[in-house]
Amino acid sequence: MDAQVTEANAIVADHVTKIYQDIEHGEEVVALRDFSLTVRPNEFLAILGPSGCGKSTFLNIVAGFEPPTGGQVKVNGARVAGPGADRGVVFQDFALFPWLTVEQNIEFGLRNRGMPAGERKALCENMIRLVHLDGCARRYPRELSGGMKQRVAIARVLANDSRILLMDEPFGALDALTRYAMQKQLLEIWAKHQKMVLFITHSIDEALYLADRVVILSARPGRILEILEIPDPRPRDLTSPSCNEMRAIALRLLEEEVNAAARQPAH
Amino acid sequence: MSSITLPLTKRAPKRPVRRTAFLRKVLVPVLLVVLWEVAARMGMIDVRFVPAPSKVLVSWYYWIFGVEKTLGDPYVGTWAMHALQSAYRVLLGFAIASVVGIVLGIMIGYFRLFGDLFDPLLQILRPIPITAWVPFAVIFFGIQTPSAVFLIALGAFFPIVVNTTAGVNRVPRSLIRAAQMLGTPSLRILPRVILPAALPSIFTGLRIGFGMAWVLVVVSEMLAVKGGLGYVLWDSYYYMRMDIIIAAMISIGLLGFASDWLTLMISNYVVRWNEGK
Repeated sequence: MDAQVTEANAIVADHVTKIYQDIEHGEEVVALRDFSLTVRPNEFLAILGPSGCGKSTFLNIVAGFEPPTGGQVKVNGARVAGPGADRGVVFQDFALFPWLTVEQNIEFGLRNRGMPAGERKALCENMIRLVHLDGCARRYPRELSGGMKQRVAIARVLANDSRILLMDEPFGALDALTRYAMQKQLLEIWAKHQKMVLFITHSIDEALYLADRVVILSARPGRILEILEIPDPRPRDLTSPSCNEMRAIALRLLEEEVNAAARQPAH
Repeated sequence: MSSITLPLTKRAPKRPVRRTAFLRKVLVPVLLVVLWEVAARMGMIDVRFVPAPSKVLVSWYYWIFGVEKTLGDPYVGTWAMHALQSAYRVLLGFAIASVVGIVLGIMIGYFRLFGDLFDPLLQILRPIPITAWVPFAVIFFGIQTPSAVFLIALGAFFPIVVNTTAGVNRVPRSLIRAAQMLGTPSLRILPRVILPAALPSIFTGLRIGFGMAWVLVVVSEMLAVKGGLGYVLWDSYYYMRMDIIIAAMISIGLLGFASDWLTLMISNYVVRWNEGK
């Protein structure tokens, strides 16, 4: 099955290792070791793990921001050599360009690709409507709430037509209600636009609510402990028997990891 | 485009205007001037050394608007010429410092190799007081305008280059990554991300540099050039024209204040998007 997947619109991580040099302590930190994972076409995959388990490191490697120390990642069959517009990233801290308005932020990628202004404008308006930011086109990021900022960040990668969305704890900085609203909107967008989503989170419920599969990672260096397939159709009821069962499994695995990590010296 | 305007978030509501605020702000300066005037008239201070404010005002008026060269008062009607000379030197020196400082600051902050090569040199030169360069300025440029422009440019250059470099270094990594993942070619990261992100810092440098320029125009005109407000200030000291000295001091202060205010207004407009504002 994996061989078949490699040809298509997939992410294949093959024995990825990432080692950081901790200069302060004069030691090596192994963030990931021999990490292999395949994200299927149009799949919504969540990676769940304790903090510092290397899940963000994996996302940065897929995005092309950091090279792996060993192994490789292939996207659509091509080895990742750097960042590219095919992989849109949504950051936890939004990373909007503060000197640009909402509409200019959304257009940023399109301008680089030389899309004519008229076409750009139309697409941009669509995106603004899609993420429910009507009337905010001319505002600067500082005038927006956290949830609105993250919707601009999502519109920015959707406008750029990235087939793959890499989301690094995108709703981590939002309050609970905003977070829930954003999760629902993200699912709507994902269903409508046929995207592949790699979603990093440390919230079990968020992963269960959103993902087709949930990958549970160990404490550093990150190993795959379990891959949960969520059978429930969307929109999901997090109190369903299958969700409860999945939650119990995830909790038990993560609790062991957190306890094990607590017995080790902190970095 | 849509024209719906919702109330803007994250803007502090304006405080109710206090009518007494302005009065409180001018109270101390006005009181000081009144005291000074009274003290001068009552003979409590020696007016040969510190003339009364009214006397300064009159002398200043003739310095600016006087038409006839009164015997014994060589300054009458020369204010505009001297002010223009000083302003010209300040603006020229500041312009040179801005261009060189911003370009060099960006290169030092952005290109690792360039920074390694040139930053240590700047850090060694920076603590040397600009006045220490006066002999070299005079040897190379003579007792003329280029000498003053050199000193002004040098003095304004350091705060500009240092703040520009700091601004470039402080650009959040996530903004660069965001531009990269949106498909920005690496050559465009500099103009489209680094430069705008560093603008608030660059303007801080420009403001400090502009202030330095006014300090240095006075210093250089006292030491290395004939003409300008600083020259008049020093020259009038030889004739014990303390009224002209005070008028020159206030003139320089007002011109410096005006240029700082102008820079601040431009800065507020250009970086109106800034989070801290």
